[in-house]
Amino acid sequence: MNTQLLKLQELQVFYHTDEGAVKAVDGVTLSLAKGERLGLVGESGCGKSTIAMTIMGLIKSPGRIEGGKILLGEVDLTKLSEGEMRRLRLNQVGLIPQGAMNSLNPVSRVKDQIIDGMRAHNQQISKRELRSRVYEVLESVGLRRGVARMYAHELSGGMKQRVCVAIAISLHPQVVIADEPTSALDVVVQREVMETIGQLQQQLGASVILAGHDMGLMAQFVDRLAVMYAGKLVEIGPVKELFAKPLHPYTQLLLASLPGLAQRGVFRGIPGLTPSLVHVPPGCLFYPRCPQAMEICSQEVPALREGDGRQVACHLYDSEVMI
Amino acid sequence: MKSIIELRNVTKVFGGGRSSTVAVDDFSLAVDAESPPIKALVGESGSGKTTIALLMLGFILPTKGEMLYKGQNFQRLSRRERRMFHREVQAIFQDPFGVYNPFYKVDHVLDIVIAKLHLASSRAERQALKEEALRGVGIRPEETLGHYPHQLSGGQRQRVTVARALLMRPKFIIADEPVSMVDASLRATILESLTKLNRELQIPILYITHDLTTAYHVCDDITILYQGSIVESGGVEQVIKGPKHPYTQLLVGSIPWPDPSRRWGEGQVAVVDRESTGADNQCKFAPRCPFVMPICRERRPPFFQADNGHAVACYLCEDKPVVEGGKIGPC
Amino acid sequence: MNRRILAAMRYTRRNPALAVGIGLLLAILLFWGIGSIFVPFSRTSALSVPASRVPSWEFPLGTDRQGRDLLAVMIAGTSLTLRIGLIAGFIGIFIGTILGFVSAYYRGAVDTIIRGSVDVLLTVPSLLVMILVAVALKGGLTVEGMALVVSILAWVWPTRTIRAQVLTMRESGYIRVAQLSGMSSPEIIVKEMMPNLLPYLAASLVNAVAAAILASIGLEALGLGPMESPTLGMTIYWVLHYSALLHGMWWWWAPPIIIIVILFVGLFLLSTGLDELANPRVRRSV
Repeated sequence: MNTQLLKLQELQVFYHTDEGAVKAVDGVTLSLAKGERLGLVGESGCGKSTIAMTIMGLIKSPGRIEGGKILLGEVDLTKLSEGEMRRLRLNQVGLIPQGAMNSLNPVSRVKDQIIDGMRAHNQQISKRELRSRVYEVLESVGLRRGVARMYAHELSGGMKQRVCVAIAISLHPQVVIADEPTSALDVVVQREVMETIGQLQQQLGASVILAGHDMGLMAQFVDRLAVMYAGKLVEIGPVKELFAKPLHPYTQLLLASLPGLAQRGVFRGIPGLTPSLVHVPPGCLFYPRCPQAMEICSQEVPALREGDGRQVACHLYDSEVMI
Repeated sequence: MKSIIELRNVTKVFGGGRSSTVAVDDFSLAVDAESPPIKALVGESGSGKTTIALLMLGFILPTKGEMLYKGQNFQRLSRRERRMFHREVQAIFQDPFGVYNPFYKVDHVLDIVIAKLHLASSRAERQALKEEALRGVGIRPEETLGHYPHQLSGGQRQRVTVARALLMRPKFIIADEPVSMVDASLRATILESLTKLNRELQIPILYITHDLTTAYHVCDDITILYQGSIVESGGVEQVIKGPKHPYTQLLVGSIPWPDPSRRWGEGQVAVVDRESTGADNQCKFAPRCPFVMPICRERRPPFFQADNGHAVACYLCEDKPVVEGGKIGPC
Repeated sequence: MNRRILAAMRYTRRNPALAVGIGLLLAILLFWGIGSIFVPFSRTSALSVPASRVPSWEFPLGTDRQGRDLLAVMIAGTSLTLRIGLIAGFIGIFIGTILGFVSAYYRGAVDTIIRGSVDVLLTVPSLLVMILVAVALKGGLTVEGMALVVSILAWVWPTRTIRAQVLTMRESGYIRVAQLSGMSSPEIIVKEMMPNLLPYLAASLVNAVAAAILASIGLEALGLGPMESPTLGMTIYWVLHYSALLHGMWWWWAPPIIIIVILFVGLFLLSTGLDELANPRVRRSV
């Protein structure tokens, strides 16, 4: 059954610095189904942005793909040349990068920036067709046609972000990767932009990977959520079940630390720090901070176990049957 | 009621002529030292909240209105009084990295304070004092002292900043987005330190943020700012559980709840496209308000007393009594 | 200690300009250092040796029309020219730093005056000013006097750039915190700002030195320099005066040009390298 559009298999991406190799992504396996919204959540340094960039083929030295595969359909993206990857970008996989509002060219009009991408993939396209596509794409993100003529500095933060979304979906890609698309926006505009992305995803039947650190945003937007810690995947599951019954201690602590509107005055941060990704200690990387740690945790890296649509990498579930 | 810091009808305009921006518009807020609260000042970026912080710290001066320190106009303070002001009013800033001079180790920020206030007379005493201060905010001295800022995490850096503010034994702390650049799991510990500060040392705190959830968690009173003016103010339960101003309702309704079964609320959502503010004599939120009435475009709404201690600047509450003299919020 | 050396070596791989620049300047210093041990300074005076000799074992760089040993002249000239550059450069940076700091930190009327003067003086052709001064002082100009003439306007550009740097630093978080901690303004300038400014000052110094050397060579070649001293610029003057080019005395006009080129390339690369060190945004790689 191949409704899996995108598959990451044991992906490893390391950054080679003077201090040693930083294991930013170390053996991550996950898949994205057609039409699915997958969330990739974790704190700074967990590897989620690296994964987003790797899928787009935008990792540059000193970063390098050390191992694993990224399968888009049958094609292994890790083996493609730059030219081949470029043909896939925007066409099949679109990216809404972090700080996207600052990636707009300040001296070009909006329409020229949208056209740029379209023309790069199809030299034959006529001017009239281009113009109608620009309007179509702007309307689909809720912007009026007049915006096409404007320059980036004439737009508000939210509008700029929506232009970036428009560029990302302009060629109707199958997969859209959004890397913290709303981090610089305030809460009202954030909701708007996320709802726009959501509507588009449904209209195009595309799949979305949302990478970020805001659990609240994940709860509002995604269908399935993958939790990352220090370059590894610790838990994956349907978002409702994951929130209702988090399996991995890190997920449990993370959820408990969120200031929700339920209990005032109660604070539950996670003590300790994320481990070094250069001198990686043996065993589970969460061991020093885990309240349920056992002896085996400091010796063996827990494997990702599967059961009932949920996956978790934790020794607590080694012998248990997953319900 | 003696307030330690008070902004009275303060307006701050940046730039001049045609490109001037009114960052803060006829804003009044008093922080009192008795039964010191943690007050929240909530607003989006561009609402003027950082300007208010800078005004209160004396880093910038108001265009109109006064900033009062212990009842006296700040600009008329003597040098000695000003030095006392700088000691008693401290701040915790948003960027946990920018507050450290990259040339020095993190000890430096603590050393300056200890030296300036003559808190220690020997090296050993100084070291002991630093270690105690760090333990008081929940970090291990051996992991932080002797390190450069870039070697520590954002959460650690921010907590060292809190420790530094504490060493000054201030009478008032302004925390400008103290946790927005810190990882989620570390936020709770920093917020906990701030609450402890307030309860144990009886220091009033002004918590400036755009994040309603942390404000709810930490504060007693909350003031909502929109384009440089207060739109709603009151006890935190009142304002967040029962918001009366359409803008507050919009804010509360846009919070992404960490609860998948509770998706973003339906209901009338205000228009978001930012349009330039209209003339001076209308409600600033009128261009975006789904409940706008003719009177909203004619006159600025005054503050109406919706409940005990809960004031709203909106004609939807017209039937309520107007707050006298512009003194809003619990006294 | 070992780690630091290794780290420094690794850095030079990322910053080749710095390494090559330092290398070239070290070569010149070695030339002068070793040379001055073996070749006596007396040979730089006129009529000290037979004139117009082609390079030989006794006189490796030959001699000029006035009977000077050109090897001695090159060795002495390098050090003299460098001295002029360093004196003028330091004076320029010293004044520029003070003015730049005061102007940017205190702002207000002081800033307006200093900034205004800088803007006006930048438009004045500095070489012209120096020529006028040198002509007025004609006769009896020493090497030190030359350095002072060249330093008249050497402070203008440094003031401007240092002011710009200080203006940026002034708004940073750690300066605010220092103010909140009760540090006085002079304390903040010296303890908080200066250390961060040092790499930048070093780069500005190198630029100022290069500019000073260039100006001094220009003035000397025009005949407005210290006539008695065998600086590099004066050698160029004599080369022009005696038409060494036409006479085919390549051993006279080639060496000073080569040394000047090496000097400037070295200073330029050093300045580029320091720039990259001082400015993290320009730094390549992670």
